[in-house]
Amino acid sequence: MKIHRIRAVARKEFLHVIRDPRSLGMGIAIPLLLLFLFGYALTLDVDRVSLIVWDQDNTPTSRDFLSRFTGSRYFSLHAPATNYRDIEHAIDTRNALVAIVIPHDFTGRLDSGRDAPVQVLVDGTDSNTATIALGYAEAVAGEWSRSVVLKQALRGGERPLPQLVDLRPRIWYNSDMASKNYIFPGLIAVIMMVITALLTSLTVAREWETGTMEQLISTPLQGPEIIIGKLVPYFVIGLLDLLLSVLVGRFLFDVPLRGSLWLLTGLSVIFLISALSIGMLISIVTKSQLLASQLALVATMLPSFLLSGFMFPIENMPPPLQVMTHIISARYLVIILRGIYLKDVGLDVLYGEAAVLTLFGGVVITLAILKFRKKIT
Amino acid sequence: MMPAPESYVTDGHSTQEPRQPVVVLRDLEKRFGDFTAVNKVTLEVRKGEIFGFLGPNGAGKSTTIRMLCGILQPTGGMGSVAGFDITRQPEEIKKNIGYMSQRFSLYEDLTVEENIDFYSGIYQIPADKRAERKEWVLRMAGLEERRLSRTATLSGGWKQRLALGCAVLHAPPIIFLDEPTSGVDPLSRRNFWDLIYHLAEGGVTVFLTTHYMDEAEYCDRLGLIYRGELIAQGTPDELKTRYMAEDVMEIACAKPQEALRLITALPGIGYASLFGSKLHVVAEKGERTPEEFRQVLEREGIPTESVERVLPSLEDVFVSLIEARDRQEGAQREFAR
Ligand SMILES: Nc1ncnc2c1ncn2[C@@H]1O[C@H](COP(=O)(O)OP(=O)(O)OP(=O)(O)O)[C@@H](O)[C@H]1O
Ligand SMILES: [Mg+2]
Repeated sequence: MKIHRIRAVARKEFLHVIRDPRSLGMGIAIPLLLLFLFGYALTLDVDRVSLIVWDQDNTPTSRDFLSRFTGSRYFSLHAPATNYRDIEHAIDTRNALVAIVIPHDFTGRLDSGRDAPVQVLVDGTDSNTATIALGYAEAVAGEWSRSVVLKQALRGGERPLPQLVDLRPRIWYNSDMASKNYIFPGLIAVIMMVITALLTSLTVAREWETGTMEQLISTPLQGPEIIIGKLVPYFVIGLLDLLLSVLVGRFLFDVPLRGSLWLLTGLSVIFLISALSIGMLISIVTKSQLLASQLALVATMLPSFLLSGFMFPIENMPPPLQVMTHIISARYLVIILRGIYLKDVGLDVLYGEAAVLTLFGGVVITLAILKFRKKIT
Repeated sequence: MMPAPESYVTDGHSTQEPRQPVVVLRDLEKRFGDFTAVNKVTLEVRKGEIFGFLGPNGAGKSTTIRMLCGILQPTGGMGSVAGFDITRQPEEIKKNIGYMSQRFSLYEDLTVEENIDFYSGIYQIPADKRAERKEWVLRMAGLEERRLSRTATLSGGWKQRLALGCAVLHAPPIIFLDEPTSGVDPLSRRNFWDLIYHLAEGGVTVFLTTHYMDEAEYCDRLGLIYRGELIAQGTPDELKTRYMAEDVMEIACAKPQEALRLITALPGIGYASLFGSKLHVVAEKGERTPEEFRQVLEREGIPTESVERVLPSLEDVFVSLIEARDRQEGAQREFAR
């Protein structure tokens, strides 16, 4: 292999990229679009759930109970209601997601030491959000009732009963539970996978289609020189995408990068090589741009969206699917990026994933080189 | 060694001792499934020769050239180029040849200079020679003024000259040109041939395909390929004198249109056409003497100035050879039934 010849191929490939607005658009614009789309629209956090309340009791106690809801950052009061029709209307028009109805005997029951049921109505159309909202409501109500029990006990002169289990959850690493912090690093992996594979899937096929490959293979240029030279510009685009993603995450979506940017870049580079080579391999085997790009989409987009753990936790998948995720290279980068982003972990923890990615990259690029023939078939 | 047209003859060719063959084919064969695209072709091309491979569409010209360039695997026979075996040492061959494929195969989105620079890079032209070689190619192709133009904007003739330039940038001793002048206007073709002669004078062996008869005349030697088989080879003059199974006459007479109709209707006439104001007639060998033609025409009241036996054109030879081949195969099929 001669570095001169690789440089010549890389240079000309760069020229193709900068002269072809489509490949630039695909390489830079689409990743940005995806980042924004996911960053803004797909924030899975349930924040400021709109609430409607019907306080039939209307006493200081019931108002105190409600203030725990309206005062928390998880709920925001839409409007008070005075009957069920108001509630129904608010939920139907999606003005409220949760309704709380306090019965008129609420304070009375509490004061006489009985339990006081409160009705919570939740719009279950979006079951995911509904579950989360319900969880919030239970937590708020639970905390309030504990404080009531405590007060009653103190007032009665008794020593407060020790709770048997005092669970004090504290969340590490992503303490405000912002799911964007979780989603974002995974998104970077998916974007790099899909975009780079798609870009390289066109390159070799294009040259077979236009006939320029016939000329190339009649020169002393060697197969690996062609492949490596062709990878270079797309590698640069991939790195650019990585940089853009980190910047957009940091400055637009407030996703903090806790770990080392260098480690993140280094491991992403290894991943990039495997992703680029997958596209290249597809291009070499199909020799058709249309077929190659479709195959690359199917082979990278679906698995990296569905099976990488980027959106759907791998532990929740049926066992056969879980096994399959092991051959999805994006899976490993998702773990790596989350580790570095959220936990500032280093190679001492991530070496396993790093090794698998290296193996992946090595195998795929070797396959691409082996499959490339300087012959017409 | 046949002389090329005077203005291009390279002094010294004829005085040299026989030059060694640099392209050798022995029973070279290529099958695609049960279809035989190249059927046991045997021929040799000597150093410095311009060898023309002539044949109708689908005859197997490109397939042969591709095998010789080491980019298509033969299915039988052997071949060697510059002393290297086409099956076992294709990469060695690639260092010694320039190839211009039938389809234009430079990068249209790159400029003229960028294309040249690219080939200069992959042929590893030493850095101190690059600028000089580039200028040489630009001058040769007449593209000095358009060096910064996108290749896509060049006309056909210029594209072909640039492609040739890129193929000879590294000064290979042998070049393969697959229909280098197809789709190019006559003046550009003329220019292109000047370039080819220029290269041949410098000792470069040129193996090219064409289906232009006038171009065939410019070649030192020709091979005629038809349906994958080499059916004749030799210098243009040898082909005209040895292979022609029919007589060719040229008739100068009044009312040539009418004369043409009359003569075509005669038995034993293979082919007759108007060639300028003269009639060009291909007749079965020894069937009719010039005198008989004159009699036929004058009997019909057509004054006839002259009837001469002439050397056939290359086209006559090829049409005749191809027809003979078709008849032969038809007979074989008949026999097989
Ligand atoms: N890869 C291939 N697979 C199957 N058949 C092929 C292949 N390449 C060429 N052929 C067939 O082989 C025959 C010879 O093709 P070739 O391209 O060598 O002809 P040619 O003499 O160059 O013709 P043209 O003047 O049209 O360029 C054609 O019938 C063609 O269809
Ligand atoms: Mg051809």
